[in-house]
Amino acid sequence: MKKIEAIIKPFKLEEVKDALGDLGLEGMTVTEVKGFGRQKGHTEIYRGSEYTVDFLPKIKLEIVVNDDQCGPAVEAIGKAAKTGKIGDGKVFVLPVEEALRIRTDEKDDKAI
Amino acid sequence: MKHIWKYFLSGLLCMTTVCGAFAQDSPSPAEAVADAAAAVTEAAEGAAEAFEKDSDYVDMVAAQGDHAYAFDFFTTSMLWTVIAAALVFIMHLGFATLESGLTQSKNTVNILFKNVFIIAMGILTYAFLGFNTHYPGDFNGFFSLGGPIGDLNADGGDTFGYGGLALAMTGYGDFIFQAMFAATAATIVSGAVAERVKLLPFLIFATLLVGFAYPVVGSWHWGGGWLGKLNGGNGFKDFAGSAVVHAFGGFAALACVMILGPRKGKYVDGKLRPIPGHNMPLAAIGVFLLFFGWFGFNGGSVLSAAPGPLGLVFTTTTLAACAGAISAIVTSWVWFKKPDLSMALNGILAGLVGITANADIVSAMGSVMIGLVAGVIVVFSIVFFDKIKIDDPVGAISVHGVCGIWGILAAALFEVVPEGGTKQFGIGGQLMGVIAVGVAAFLFSFVVFFIIKMTMGVRVSPEEEEEGLDLAEHGQEAYPNFVENK
Repeated sequence: MKKIEAIIKPFKLEEVKDALGDLGLEGMTVTEVKGFGRQKGHTEIYRGSEYTVDFLPKIKLEIVVNDDQCGPAVEAIGKAAKTGKIGDGKVFVLPVEEALRIRTDEKDDKAI
Repeated sequence: MKHIWKYFLSGLLCMTTVCGAFAQDSPSPAEAVADAAAAVTEAAEGAAEAFEKDSDYVDMVAAQGDHAYAFDFFTTSMLWTVIAAALVFIMHLGFATLESGLTQSKNTVNILFKNVFIIAMGILTYAFLGFNTHYPGDFNGFFSLGGPIGDLNADGGDTFGYGGLALAMTGYGDFIFQAMFAATAATIVSGAVAERVKLLPFLIFATLLVGFAYPVVGSWHWGGGWLGKLNGGNGFKDFAGSAVVHAFGGFAALACVMILGPRKGKYVDGKLRPIPGHNMPLAAIGVFLLFFGWFGFNGGSVLSAAPGPLGLVFTTTTLAACAGAISAIVTSWVWFKKPDLSMALNGILAGLVGITANADIVSAMGSVMIGLVAGVIVVFSIVFFDKIKIDDPVGAISVHGVCGIWGILAAALFEVVPEGGTKQFGIGGQLMGVIAVGVAAFLFSFVVFFIIKMTMGVRVSPEEEEEGLDLAEHGQEAYPNFVENK
């Protein structure tokens, strides 16, 4: 099992969700997050004074998949979330040791 | 030391309650309920009786004396007055949302709390001493401390006998309309000192400002004091309170901000770092509510439903607000290269404050000019105060103080002189009046707030300021997202 963590632009969430749905992956956890990478922040203006906002709003998407689904899923996220401009985000893949579906006590592959 | 104040206040409250209870000869609860029921029945019978026979109505009209033929005018005017009072009441909701929107989310409970206290306290103190201090009748022109209001319907208080055609309302109508105004002065200060002022000291200051200073200064003009009598009554024009309400509040705010200092993080290494408001929709709702309420503020200040002035005042008020918005938008867009919503909103308020002194004596085009100038002034003024480190989160000093002065001067500049008539109001008298009001508000606030600073302290600790006043002062959050439901 692998966990895919993707940081994407908020307005790309719908496309990424649909792309994962097309692969037959159902279920994901999404969090509104803030952060910055090479894009850095941007400047805003309030009452005539400019100031820098370092942390930009992003979406963090977490999904746990079988090992053989991982490659296509990462590819699908990358394709759907790409705009080609700075700030598109990143995808990370982590190993997962265990999984449990609380309702049925199913474990690991059956639980995801 | 600071705890002593708390005990003192609660003691005072208890005493008032106990005195109130004894004043009614301590009836048992059962008796009290029976008494109340009897009173309700009596009142209902009385009311029914009053309109039982046609002759009762005729008697009521006859009681209008010389003005009996215009009784329908009196009724309409009185109705308009209480509607206007309700509109002015809504302005307090406008202030509450505007101030909440333009400050940080961690201080929202604190802002709302102050606004709730101020309207409640303002109206009560106005009944206890404000109204009769504000309108003392014959007095020395400078100072007269009044007592609680009595039966304002007595002695012709419910007829033209109260104020004739010029003040076509009952005594209670007059009171409730003026009472709605009273708390405004402290609300203006509340916005300027937001996000770092200690709660209890501020509440004490606000009570003294609204309960004592506001009616005393107001009596100089509206109460028939020295300002009103200036140059035979032609020396000073302040229709609905650009000076005695708005400049008064604005300069009180300036004094408090000077003593309080800027918010933590507003100036870092001497450089300005903006602290944006957390909810622009709330700020916009607040300004629209204030705009709406201003129809009562200015419209009600006609003091009757006289058709000519009423229509004019509604029109000039609206035009000035719109002109203020447009000119603030253009000014800030050209200057900052970006259209700034907070400036557009403050432009509306600037136009409204500017027209408040003169809404009944200027032309429609005059009111547009007044609004246009006010919109430019407010943008420059807000940036100016930001630069000189007078930290005013909502721009209250600029909107109410600076534009209040402009409104007073505009009364002299844009007064429409009827053909063959002579100009009534001069720049000199106007300037003197607004300076007198501004200086009085500033001095009173500076001295009182300084004394409070020395005894109780006026500012929360840096840690409390960082944490936010909602948690530090109230132990509550405005937006408790992750609180468990228990």
